[in-house]
Amino acid sequence: MTDHAAQESQGLQSLVDDWSTDQETFKRVHWGKAMMWIFLLSDTFIFSCFLTSYMTVRSSTTMPWPNPSEVFALTIAGQHIPLILIAIMTFILISSSGTMALAVNYGYRHDRRTTALLMYATALFGVTFVSMQAFEWTKLILEGVRPWQNPWGAPQFGSCFFMITGFHGLHVSIGVIYLSTIATKVLRGDFERKGNYEVVEIAGLYWHFVDLVWVFIFAFFYLW
Amino acid sequence: MAHEMTEVDTQHALAQTGDGQNASKQGQQHPLGIYFAIWGLLFVLSTFSYLVDYFHFVGFTRWALILTFMWLKAGLIVAVFMHMRWERLALMYAILIPPLLLAVLVGLMSIEADYTYWTRILFFGLLSGQPSHG
Repeated sequence: MTDHAAQESQGLQSLVDDWSTDQETFKRVHWGKAMMWIFLLSDTFIFSCFLTSYMTVRSSTTMPWPNPSEVFALTIAGQHIPLILIAIMTFILISSSGTMALAVNYGYRHDRRTTALLMYATALFGVTFVSMQAFEWTKLILEGVRPWQNPWGAPQFGSCFFMITGFHGLHVSIGVIYLSTIATKVLRGDFERKGNYEVVEIAGLYWHFVDLVWVFIFAFFYLW
Repeated sequence: MAHEMTEVDTQHALAQTGDGQNASKQGQQHPLGIYFAIWGLLFVLSTFSYLVDYFHFVGFTRWALILTFMWLKAGLIVAVFMHMRWERLALMYAILIPPLLLAVLVGLMSIEADYTYWTRILFFGLLSGQPSHG
């Protein structure tokens, strides 16, 4: 019996070896995890297309772009605070990522109750985020924002806003369903029988990706 | 896809299924502290991003700050929350290199946007910010 671990190279050589030896490329990586990463890679390209289109229309329009700082301002207790709703949504999504990271950790400890609770907490943060997004959409639609026009300037603002935040919101919503399903399975003990909690980590990858996309949307759409 | 179960594969499969004790050691297991630290850092960086807007930084300073905080946050999420820093190079490069190609798309589209912008200015005789019709 040959020692598998001893044969493996490290560093740059491992990159060449893993890809060139007609064997399993991603060593010690659950196939589901590799596939999730590849899915996320393709999703990266989808969101990049949205953001690049947005950059293109925003820099090619001759009309002034509506100021996001003002558009997304709220008046709370008589105080006019710029971009506050988006800031709160950002913190909520980061917190959901935090609870998800902890859930993955507790999953590997086979602590089913804590794992499921943390995952439900993550899903709840997700629901809160989507609800705030629904509030934001409602507010803008009532103010007259449409995909083809808005009261403040370049008409492309509406189409970019609805496409980008809508597609992201869809990802969050799907994530909420995904996480709730996995959490229920964790609680039920499905993975205890298999002795394998990588499923939680894979679901976590998806959720962190949703948070990751928001980082870019926050920077490019709301702060530009 | 023909896949022969070699000795190496068998060992791998055994290591993956394993007994209860083994199973708890597989996958990405790290001290909880690091997640709380990253969580906190992300909060701080997001606050900074927000303050960039709040204090009305403009021009180069604004862009430099926004992009710095953005890349730091993205890096922390991918490296620690998504465990990329503990993965092997084969996976790391397979996922992180392809998105770099997007720089080409962004470059091409920004040239295109510039072209469209000046075409509009010249053709419609517009001054920036003055729509010719509603």
